[in-house]
Amino acid sequence: MTEPILGVENLMKYFPIRSGLFRRVVGHVKAVDHVSFGVQEGEIFGLVGESGSGKSTVAKTIVQLYRPTAGTIRFKGRDLTGATKETMRWFRSQAQMVFQDPKSSLNPRRSIASILEDPLIVYGIGGSRRGREQMIRSLLEQVEMSGRYMYKYPSALSGGQRQRVAIARALAVHPSFLALDEPTSALDVSVQAKLINLFLGLKEELGLSYLFITHNLSLLRTIAGRAAVMYVGRIYELGPTELLFRHPIHPYTRALIAAAPVVTSEEEQIKPQQMSKEGEIPSPANPPSGCAFHPRCSVAESGCSEELPSPVEVETGHWVWCHQAGTLASAEGVSRAESGLAVVEMPGERAPLLGESGDRAEPASLG
Amino acid sequence: MLPHRQGAAAAEETRWTAMRDRLGRGWYKFRRNRISLIGGAMVLLFALLAALAPFVTPYPKHAGAYTDFRHAFQPPSAAHWFGTDALGADVLTRVIFGSQISFMLAAIVLGISVPFGVFLGLVSGYIGGKTETIIMRVTDIFLALPALVMALAICAAFTPSIDKAMLAISTIWWTWHCRLVNGITRSIKTEEFIQASRALGASHFRIMFKDILPNCASPIIVKITLDAGFVILVGAGLSFLGLGAQPPAEDLGTMISIGAKYLPERWWMTVFPSLAIFLIILGFNLLGDGLRDALAVEEGV
Amino acid sequence: MTGEGTILDIRDLHVWFRVYEGLSRVLDGVSFQVQEGERVGLVGETGCGKTIAMKTVMGILKSPPAQFPQGEVFLAGHDVLKMSPMEILRMKGRTVSMIFQDPLSSLNPVFTIGQQLIDVIRYGQRWAANSGRLSRARLARAAAEALTTVRLPDAERILKLYPLELSGGMRQRALIAMALVNKPRLLIADEPGTALDVTIQAQILALLRGLVKEEHIAVLLITHDLGVVREMAERVYIMYAGQVAEEGPVTSLFDDPRHPYSQGLLASVPRLTGKLPARGIPGTVPDYTEAPPGCRFHPRCEHAMEKCAEQKPPLTEAAGQRLVACHLYSGAKE
Repeated sequence: MTEPILGVENLMKYFPIRSGLFRRVVGHVKAVDHVSFGVQEGEIFGLVGESGSGKSTVAKTIVQLYRPTAGTIRFKGRDLTGATKETMRWFRSQAQMVFQDPKSSLNPRRSIASILEDPLIVYGIGGSRRGREQMIRSLLEQVEMSGRYMYKYPSALSGGQRQRVAIARALAVHPSFLALDEPTSALDVSVQAKLINLFLGLKEELGLSYLFITHNLSLLRTIAGRAAVMYVGRIYELGPTELLFRHPIHPYTRALIAAAPVVTSEEEQIKPQQMSKEGEIPSPANPPSGCAFHPRCSVAESGCSEELPSPVEVETGHWVWCHQAGTLASAEGVSRAESGLAVVEMPGERAPLLGESGDRAEPASLG
Repeated sequence: MLPHRQGAAAAEETRWTAMRDRLGRGWYKFRRNRISLIGGAMVLLFALLAALAPFVTPYPKHAGAYTDFRHAFQPPSAAHWFGTDALGADVLTRVIFGSQISFMLAAIVLGISVPFGVFLGLVSGYIGGKTETIIMRVTDIFLALPALVMALAICAAFTPSIDKAMLAISTIWWTWHCRLVNGITRSIKTEEFIQASRALGASHFRIMFKDILPNCASPIIVKITLDAGFVILVGAGLSFLGLGAQPPAEDLGTMISIGAKYLPERWWMTVFPSLAIFLIILGFNLLGDGLRDALAVEEGV
Repeated sequence: MTGEGTILDIRDLHVWFRVYEGLSRVLDGVSFQVQEGERVGLVGETGCGKTIAMKTVMGILKSPPAQFPQGEVFLAGHDVLKMSPMEILRMKGRTVSMIFQDPLSSLNPVFTIGQQLIDVIRYGQRWAANSGRLSRARLARAAAEALTTVRLPDAERILKLYPLELSGGMRQRALIAMALVNKPRLLIADEPGTALDVTIQAQILALLRGLVKEEHIAVLLITHDLGVVREMAERVYIMYAGQVAEEGPVTSLFDDPRHPYSQGLLASVPRLTGKLPARGIPGTVPDYTEAPPGCRFHPRCEHAMEKCAEQKPPLTEAAGQRLVACHLYSGAKE
């Protein structure tokens, strides 16, 4: 098994809740709670969940916008905990992020040229002003935008165009890894399709690896090779996307897939049967005990509210965090991994979450 | 390389054509509001008059110390449109020169207090924590006291003169801008484009001045315009109380103060300077409103 | 024609705006109808004009800069474009009511849910035929009942809460309660699920669908989310650049779109089956100050003919109760 380009182990990010006159810490928002996974070089790893799941926080913590409360992040073999300035600078030129909302990820008071010049100046790319101008033009070209947008302001651009600029900004430092936080959620469907095209093209051309965050399950299945399902700060299911969709085990995964809005009858038919009831999504400031999904789960038993579930490998590379995993898996008709990997103790184990690429066929070039 | 897609055919834009386009758009929006156009025209008119005072006034020598008791207290006439004052000087001339002093006052006061206040606001908003608390509480103390009273206190501590008045007003004026910019900085700090800059590894100074400051520009410009009027008013108030420009300087406040003794029979000595102050401030206020509209960030359809 | 059962009838609506660049012709002859009790979707991407159309129906477009050179908007038989502000006011909240995209910004943060709900009920009573002042107790009871209909548990407690104390899903339910409490004949829902999480959205949409069916309330659903339309609507109109491209029953239209734009649109949607890879539609939405003549989609259409640039294709009938505005179909009648 090859070393992943990005390895996240027991990552935790807690935000303190302060109250009272003296701003005393009264609790914590457990945005990310013991999350572990790995992204292989050249793969698209998906992170799916709803609000409060912590998926965005995971991405932001990985690119060091937040300092982890605990846990390790390893990039290209280097441990980022307590990194020096040099290491951080190196890391930042290797890993960049594209944000969700095109309206707010570009400074409305700066021209496109100014926004794109920033990374070039910070990393000393391009040399002179002339050189940088050239670079900006070629960056725009790379994201399929004409150079005539250089001196425009974000308000003159459409959502899709703004996202392209955001991508160009991320690419300016020549990274090898991109964290994409719902990059197309705010865009129209036809624009989204073009941008996904662009992402896949860039990945091939520049040899990138992606952490792709979304709440759109259809999109996830179309482009991600492997994915993890997050709920209230934790991962509850992880594995190759094909397996996740064909045999969803965790009741929450099933609920997600069943709730996904679809456009054809064919898609309606492949939706799994639900094993959950109506309910609200808990806040990470006050997560339910044990398995966070138990209040909404129809197959929950007494143990589910007491203990955190440990990961179970139900198929090769397909892991579920559920006390009922065994029963649910047999109901689905899937067998345990041949290698006989048994239940892995948590936390602390380097679980084979940093698994194989689990390559589904790469999606054919999208038109 | 990925294929280069062409949008609608258009000329290659340069930095300058883009700027021209934006200015044109801004003018269009500004133009729509008739009231602000009036305000702008008023300010422009007074500013021009004030700037060209020596050339447009009928009796430029009447500014400053001038006495001609034979022609004192004359009511408005063809020779003296605004009449003459207690010392025989032409009121119209003195009003125009007085406006000059007012504009100068505004320019200097704002020129000192705005950069200082903006810088403090940026830094305190960005750094946050204890530094911010200290700076903002100091600001609050200054803001709690009425501007005029503060200025009075400071002026009274020294021998009254116009520059002490400017200094006094500057001492308290920076606080408004500090608070304004602090507020904007705090609200923008968490925006994604700031996070994006941090993710790129931009230095704190870079973020403060290249990312946050441009977002404060519009509110600052609008506030400066609205402030100008108020600063002039405070300045005139100080002079009226004898703490600013001293007679025989042709400051508007001083003129009103002197002329007040002769109301209501010799009304022209107070009414015209008052009218001038009123119109200048009104002009700035109307202009400020219009600028606010024109500078608003465009929304999409 | 405005039949007996047509609650909303828009005919050949044109809406123009005067802007910096010139005259923006946003809506170019848009027509659609909603029958009593019917659930109709109006689908289109950003800038297609669906929001402008909706604002026209609600009578909230400021004119100037909006101009209505042509067309009529019949709501319950009366032309909105010719109504006085008073009449429009009377209509809102009673004949037609709305729910907006973001439940948080639609609610006033400084009033409790109960206060806002009672406000709405009282407003509805003001115009009712048999109005007498309802007592406080009766109003409170009506409010609690309204919350129960939207399946908010513990209605008494929720009435006393402020919007910020509720979750997104609960807020949306409260809004639905407010919109439906005065039993409007038409409900306009503007992107009702967009701000919500997927599992919550599914619950809310199911709830809404049940409620409007029960009370026989017509729904005009405006969105760019095709999946949501499929959940909620029976019939759908697809709009592009201020023109109606296609219309028909939802399932058959989505399974087999005819208009090239509809085809491109549906092909762009990623599938849950993971199979059909998503494509895009080449080109961009036109500038309304220089809109292409004829069919506005023709610059991006792979089937474009000469005729398409000259003449705007009329909505023609096609098999399966469909209407398609495309010259590929305007010749033959199937």
